[in-house]
Amino acid sequence: MEAGTVSSQRQISVTVNGTTYEREVEARKLLIHFLRDDLDLTGSHIGCDTGNCGACSIIVDGTLVKSCMLLAVQADRTQIETVEGLADGEELSKLQQAFSAHHALQCGYCTPGMLMSATALLRKNPHPSDEEIKKGLQGNICRCTGYWNIFEAVKAAAE
Amino acid sequence: MTTTGTTTAPEQVEVEAPAEQWKGQNVPRKEDRRLVQGQGVFIDDVKRHGMGYVHYVRSPYAHAHITSIDVSGAEQMKGVYGTLTGEEVASLTDPFFQISSVPGANVKDYALAVGKVRYVGEAIVAVVAETRELARDASELVDVQYEPIDAVTDARDAQGESVPTIHEEAGGNLMWHGVYEWGDLDAAFADADKVVKIDQLHFHRFNSTPLECDGALVEYNRGIGQWTIHTNNQFPGFAAIMMGPAMRTGLDRLRFVTQDIGGGFGNKITSHPQLVACCLLARKLNRPVQWTEWRTDFHMSMSHGNERWFLETEVAVKNDGTLLGFRTKALDDAGAWLRYEPLGGVIWAQVTPGMYRWRNIRVDFTQVATNKAPVSPNRGYSRMQHLWFTERVIDIVAHELALDPVEVRKRNYIRADEMPYETPNGCVYDSGDYARMLDIALELVDYPNAEARRQDAQARGKLLGIGIGSTLDSGTNNFGQSRMINPELQFSGNNEVATVKLDIFGELVVTLGTTPQGQGHETTAAQVVADILNCSPDDVHVRAGHDSYWNSHAGFSGTYASQFAVTGLSAVKGATEMLAAEIKKLAGAVFGGVPEEALELAEGGVRIKGNPEAFLPFMACGAIINANNAGLPEDLGVTLNCRYVYRPPFEVPDVERKFGNLTLTYAAQVHVAVIEIDPETGYYDIVDYAAIDDCGKRINPQIVEGQVMGATAQALGAAVHEAFVYDEDGNLLTPNFYDYHVPHALDMPPLRTGYVESPSPFTPLGTKGMGEGGGAGIHAVCAAVQDALRSNGGAKVWDSSNPYHRVWEMLSDPDEAGARVSVVEA
Repeated sequence: MEAGTVSSQRQISVTVNGTTYEREVEARKLLIHFLRDDLDLTGSHIGCDTGNCGACSIIVDGTLVKSCMLLAVQADRTQIETVEGLADGEELSKLQQAFSAHHALQCGYCTPGMLMSATALLRKNPHPSDEEIKKGLQGNICRCTGYWNIFEAVKAAAE
Repeated sequence: MTTTGTTTAPEQVEVEAPAEQWKGQNVPRKEDRRLVQGQGVFIDDVKRHGMGYVHYVRSPYAHAHITSIDVSGAEQMKGVYGTLTGEEVASLTDPFFQISSVPGANVKDYALAVGKVRYVGEAIVAVVAETRELARDASELVDVQYEPIDAVTDARDAQGESVPTIHEEAGGNLMWHGVYEWGDLDAAFADADKVVKIDQLHFHRFNSTPLECDGALVEYNRGIGQWTIHTNNQFPGFAAIMMGPAMRTGLDRLRFVTQDIGGGFGNKITSHPQLVACCLLARKLNRPVQWTEWRTDFHMSMSHGNERWFLETEVAVKNDGTLLGFRTKALDDAGAWLRYEPLGGVIWAQVTPGMYRWRNIRVDFTQVATNKAPVSPNRGYSRMQHLWFTERVIDIVAHELALDPVEVRKRNYIRADEMPYETPNGCVYDSGDYARMLDIALELVDYPNAEARRQDAQARGKLLGIGIGSTLDSGTNNFGQSRMINPELQFSGNNEVATVKLDIFGELVVTLGTTPQGQGHETTAAQVVADILNCSPDDVHVRAGHDSYWNSHAGFSGTYASQFAVTGLSAVKGATEMLAAEIKKLAGAVFGGVPEEALELAEGGVRIKGNPEAFLPFMACGAIINANNAGLPEDLGVTLNCRYVYRPPFEVPDVERKFGNLTLTYAAQVHVAVIEIDPETGYYDIVDYAAIDDCGKRINPQIVEGQVMGATAQALGAAVHEAFVYDEDGNLLTPNFYDYHVPHALDMPPLRTGYVESPSPFTPLGTKGMGEGGGAGIHAVCAAVQDALRSNGGAKVWDSSNPYHRVWEMLSDPDEAGARVSVVEA
């Protein structure tokens, strides 16, 4: 096969934060690149090449996933939630407010993924123990805060 | 006056609440609202129509001649816009200016490798294509032929005979050498009761791995010959100085724009080679080009922290633990290129004696090139390495002389009543009370009950260790120190800019010269403005990010080296005071000749004291000057658009004596770590931890505490897990987050924070730069490990990296795996 023709296009339909998008995508395109580059939803970020950092965490059909670990075509006919959908209009979610109140973010690069992991955690387990909060955030790397204030923010939002 | 306290969760204040003073309050951050909604604009979020994606072809060899490069396969691929090779770069640009004197000065450094590769991951060719994926595919089709050469991976071997030369122009692998000596070493060693000799100590390679990697979107405006460089480079002033001469263009043709930066920690200072490659590509291909670095590329090629050896250290000490002086040979491993180096060869001298009173010091400093990634600033740049060394010396001396590390520190700490204190090399420590900080830290970890805890741990089969890390965070550089590296350099002092204006509808607009990466500059700047203009921080709009078109920058603008609270906020203060005076001047004229002294700023306007009816809102002031100015006195001299340049009080250092004040402020940190080691495996947990910080006046305590926490976390990561490890062929064994473990939420120990507030007498707001004091965590963990081993084989910790297997080795074979130390009677 000739170089440059390896990618085949596929038509997909995804619903992101309540809006349905129909797009042609390269079969090998990562879901995070599809969200950021094709749909211009740049709130979800990329911090590694290996699925370790969690900056790209989103919720797909109710399940927390790292969107760099899925192809866009695998998300066909799914319901996706990203950080852009957390606030209700001007009203920030309880977690978003708690992150600000507890200074749980500095540069803000990990924050969208962190918020999605915490959102998924509190939906599944509205009153997590300290250990459960830490486990819920274990897949997300933050290099600014040392996690202490993130932990406090999630704990406060859960109370 | 010094105030102290301990905090675990600072109180929040409501912005609406009336306050006499905004400085010192936990004003919620202005930045947060956009960031928690994913509305920040980071570098990969910037897009342009028709832009091409850049991917770099990188070297698989640590050291090799490039015998041929064939880009035709890549260029013929559908969707590829073009390529750039080292040969093209060498014809279109000049080598980057070198900071070093000879021999490092002779190094020829370009944006891409020319003729030779010098480390694994070095960029050789840039490929641009329609999509990220195609660019990556096409880079695989670039055919590069190599002739491998043996790699130099250990700095200690770099100057040996028959070792390959990395930079032929430099005539060997020595890049820079200088001897620093102050006091009277001979007298100190003659006075000593004992001399403690330490064979070698090693500070390892790691960096802060900001979660966002480097990147840029570069556009070229052919008509005016100008590049617009959207980038997350954190020191655009430095990048411009490097890039302009190399690209043979004026600096105003290089427009730097940033908004949000996803962490920097110094690691985003030296992306200028990649930025030059992007500029050349944007011009060559006549289209915007976008480069986002991959994590693996970042690990392999960007800004490793300085790896440093301390060889043949000798310490002169009295029997009671009084330290008289030391001599050592510092050997710095610069990696393959001098991108900011050899400045690390002088930056450490800002903190020459550490926190201690010894007056007789000799450091023979050598920096060599190796076939590893280039080193560049990393949080705590070069001071951290040196302070780790002084802390290691303290603990090893205490250990050897059977003294208490707490007592040795207290006996030798510079005392509060000696402040301001001039160090042996002419630096002036501005304020602080180190012994008091240590007391607070010890209290927070319940030190009086240490013995009981030790026994309790022992009963559970664990070895308890308690370690202290005391450290300084020197801030606001005097760039004149660069002349100690190279007397030909024409840098000195420092500066930062802010503009504050009152716009037509009364909007207060602040512009900073800085490039924040999470430090909350928009918020703290607004706090300073609000106090001067007697309004709320909510009334102040601080522009996000940096744009050299705003004309609010100076030569040293940027965000690096612990200085915003001094340089940035002093500029904001200066500009706001100018604006306040202008508002009064205008109001005086409008009120018909009322003198300034009779006016005051209050409630969003200016009024005559004692006559609240005579009130002119800011909105009216802005409207009058900008749109309704007929009839104003000709000589009024008011623009309501004020620019202030803060210039710290510095002299050019004495290059011969290597003497002078190298930084304006000295924030201090004392950390204490309590660990428990499992003797069977070497695994250890940090079971208790205290971090005390003194950065003078705190403008926003919550932001300060956030910096303390973050720096601590990075230090603990570095102490236990994080290391850039190379094999003997120069392959990086930890090129991504699989192998390079950064701490996650479950890794974090319980943390208690506290503070002492000793205002700096040298700064307009009493503030000190801060944020880089995390090195204390590395020192504390090393000390704690050594303390735990003290009664279990007695190995002395000699490396800053202490993963579990190394602790196990020190337990198993203390003589082989620990530091080689001897004590001789003087």
